[in-house]
Amino acid sequence: MKRLIPYPLMTLALVAMWLLLNQSVAPVHLFMGFILALAATWITVPLGIEPPNIRLSLAIPRLALAVLHDIVRSNIAVARIILSRDARTTSGFVRIPLDTRNRYCLAVLACIITATPGTIWMEHDSRRNILMLHVLDLVDENHWIGIVKQRYERLLMEIFV
Amino acid sequence: MIQAPELPLWGALIVALLLLLGAAITLIGSIGLLRLRSFQQRMHAPTLGSTLGTGSILLGSMICFSLLQSRLAIHEILVALFLTLTTPVGFMLLARAALFRSRERAGAIPDQPPRQGETKRVE
Repeated sequence: MKRLIPYPLMTLALVAMWLLLNQSVAPVHLFMGFILALAATWITVPLGIEPPNIRLSLAIPRLALAVLHDIVRSNIAVARIILSRDARTTSGFVRIPLDTRNRYCLAVLACIITATPGTIWMEHDSRRNILMLHVLDLVDENHWIGIVKQRYERLLMEIFV
Repeated sequence: MIQAPELPLWGALIVALLLLLGAAITLIGSIGLLRLRSFQQRMHAPTLGSTLGTGSILLGSMICFSLLQSRLAIHEILVALFLTLTTPVGFMLLARAALFRSRERAGAIPDQPPRQGETKRVE
């Protein structure tokens, strides 16, 4: 089974993508999607990527809601800065020591931080596990450290075990 | 948009509002690219367009075509998904390049010892 379907979650996601692209759940598309998904996952096997251990829990919708909320809020905040009279802000770098070293945690965290206007993932020091962000409206460093650690990292560590 | 007249009025209003909202947010992001000062500050501006801007336009598109075809048209989700997966890669590349150049010029950016062995992975 593991030989035939090396990455079950990935296969499912690819089938779902194929069905969405074709906008149909007809057997032809299901079959074709499954074949393509299998072929795509087989090709990635030699890369030796460790599949994620995802624990299905309430943490997933909670994280999604938190991120959506933050994206809308920071969109408004950044738009306000841009449209303000002289567009002057106190931007700067923040360093955040992380607890997780899980690759999937870090990858999703990078997506979240980049997708939220006002914060950019600058660099991750993998030796000391310190993340450096650039923040557009930097008033209080601890505020951002709290957001990344309490709001995102804690939930991510619950999802990717 | 040849079929647009077939949209009910309330639908057309919602779709138009979402489209205008998305376009306005994207425009603000582009203005930010012009108005903000440093490179790092400028990098924050276009994310407006790639998040809420695109989001509103996609939502408008979903509502419009779901109403027109009287069935669920949600494949726009894929656009949002691919955008969310690919933008961090580009942004990080730009950020790292900027960081590298500032350090080369011995700027005000904090230095870090060179990493060994493993590097950060973006998947």
